[in-house]
Amino acid sequence: MIWETFRLAVQAIFRNTMRSVLTVLGIVIGVAAVIAMLTLGQGSSSQVTADIEKLGTNVLMLMPGGSSGQHGPGSSSVAKAFTLKDVDAIIDQIGSVETAAPYAQSATNVVYGAESTSTSIVGTDNRYLTVVDWPLEMGRSFLASEEQSGKSVCILGETVRQNLFGNTSPIGEMIRLNSLTCEIVGLLEAKGASSFGTDQDDVISLPMKTFQRRIIGNSDVSMIFISVRDGQSTERAIVEIEALMRERRRISEGEDDDFSIMDMKQIASMLTGITNILTGLLSAVAAVSLLVGGIGIMNIMLVSVTERTREIGIRLAVGAQANQVLMQFLVEAVVLSMIGGFVGIVLGLALAAVGANLMMIPFVPSLVVVVGAFLFSAAVGVIFGYFPARRAAKLDPIEALRYQ
Amino acid sequence: MNPESALIEFRDIAKIYGHGEAEVRALDGVDLKIEAGEFVAIMGPSGSGKSTAMNLIGCLDSPTSGDYLFNGVHVASLNQDQRALLRRNYLGFVFQGYNLLARTSALDNVELPLIYKGVARAERRQRALEVLAKVGLQGREHHDPSELSGGQQQRVAIARALVGSPEVILADEPTGNLDTQMSREIMEVLKELNEEDGMTIVMVTHEEDMAEYAHRLIWMVDGKVERDGNPVRGGSRR
Ligand SMILES: Nc1ncnc2c1ncn2[C@@H]1O[C@H](COP(=O)(O)OP(=O)(O)OP(=O)(O)O)[C@@H](O)[C@H]1O
Ligand SMILES: [Mg+2]
Repeated sequence: MIWETFRLAVQAIFRNTMRSVLTVLGIVIGVAAVIAMLTLGQGSSSQVTADIEKLGTNVLMLMPGGSSGQHGPGSSSVAKAFTLKDVDAIIDQIGSVETAAPYAQSATNVVYGAESTSTSIVGTDNRYLTVVDWPLEMGRSFLASEEQSGKSVCILGETVRQNLFGNTSPIGEMIRLNSLTCEIVGLLEAKGASSFGTDQDDVISLPMKTFQRRIIGNSDVSMIFISVRDGQSTERAIVEIEALMRERRRISEGEDDDFSIMDMKQIASMLTGITNILTGLLSAVAAVSLLVGGIGIMNIMLVSVTERTREIGIRLAVGAQANQVLMQFLVEAVVLSMIGGFVGIVLGLALAAVGANLMMIPFVPSLVVVVGAFLFSAAVGVIFGYFPARRAAKLDPIEALRYQ
Repeated sequence: MNPESALIEFRDIAKIYGHGEAEVRALDGVDLKIEAGEFVAIMGPSGSGKSTAMNLIGCLDSPTSGDYLFNGVHVASLNQDQRALLRRNYLGFVFQGYNLLARTSALDNVELPLIYKGVARAERRQRALEVLAKVGLQGREHHDPSELSGGQQQRVAIARALVGSPEVILADEPTGNLDTQMSREIMEVLKELNEEDGMTIVMVTHEEDMAEYAHRLIWMVDGKVERDGNPVRGGSRR
């Protein structure tokens, strides 16, 4: 009998295809929106998590400029940059620090033959790749002699390689950065977008000395990346680094820091938090549209019950009981909304896949979300189908048969 | 079946529509007994209450006053679901206006009562095809009502009433839209069901020729039974 009821429902749905399509549209849109939101949200969360893991949870960033209150450089005018000596001091004097790397950055145009692209140039040394745990795809890192003498060698990020060389190997080729011609010795592994959405592979790295002399023309180190030894407290390291830097930068007691130390772990968890809140909010909006879809189903089912009053009368006349009529309409509503849910899931996943691709985050479809959305749409069918079905079942046979 | 009581018994049944000025006494104190196996024709002028009586017999409607006993059971004491079971298992209705499901093939229309009887699909199909053949609708099984003539629709309605092999067939002008030839064929079918299967048949008709197939004629006027007896002209008065 339940199979009969189901067959009847499907028949009724396809007897009026246009109306059925319009009826489920609300559900389709609602489910698709929820699925797309949650899937994208999960994708970006997992991206952030992956970033944290990649970066290591023990990386600190030391930057000039106070962290508190009025932006910019503490009490004095402009915060001083760091120097290579600061890097050495941190490594030598703070026991819990594994290693540290200088970092300076500038944007410029790169030319290779007829190809050219603009990218970000990073001055650093091999320790940087260790701190942020960034392996090479091919070639080699800088030689100690190259770092010391400031030779014109560079390591490319994957995006720059694609822009200038396509898929061919760039190792040994010469590129031009403004007036500087340098030889490519290595290629970094592709890293993808950062948690902030920027393309981390759009980069060329030079030895710090080369960068200082040939690109910016000063000896500033604008940032220091520090990795703390495994098992050592990053909080303690931060306190020690702060003390050391205050001393080195001659900040008197009572004066604010003119530098700040960022803990990547904190940044990452903050980002995850923001992502979750956003996902939650958008999903709530999407859920409201699901609700509206449900009301749409109820509306059409009510119209349908009125339209089919005679049909109901006929069914009652040949011996249908109230419950069977109720089931017929209820199953019809549920089948409709489940069809809507199914189409919505497919559409939502497709949207999420496209969106993930555009946002350069992983596409992480979740079985729980899909099954949940399906059950939810079935529930919408039951809840919003019940009232019209009840009305159909309560009809008096002779009144229903007389209905014109 | 209960041998003590009649299959259908009306005791002083009245059916009143509207109030006050607009009051219509569709049935006005009808006493009636129909035994199992009878073939009864009901005749009377338009508006005399024939369809109203049929709807009451078919447990589709309830009287304003009086008692209706079906097989000795007070129908008023049954709830909607029990009445549905009564219709499902004992009654086959042919409506004056056919009442077929729109956009549904003749075959599916005829199968409908069997669905609620819980008959398996294959058997349902076979029985529906049989009765459709009986009423002369071979080759029209897959047509929708909108693709059938009035007479053909009427025959689908008759097939639907027959298909569940009910105890009683209630036919409200089953031949109203058929030519004489077809009408006779339908009457032969009803006659056969009555004589061979012992089915009770109550039929409303406007045609004396058709009424002559019945064994008993009830003549109604203004909601009352005026004559009840032999169907030949001038049948005995009560
Ligand atoms: N639902 C209703 N509301 C009000 N009056 C009704 C209703 N149904 C029937 N009537 C009235 O009851 C009376 C009997 O109607 P009924 O349909 O039983 O007549 P009938 O004998 O079947 O007529 P016909 O031969 O034309 O089919 C009529 O006067 C009709 O107007
Ligand atoms: Mg009538």
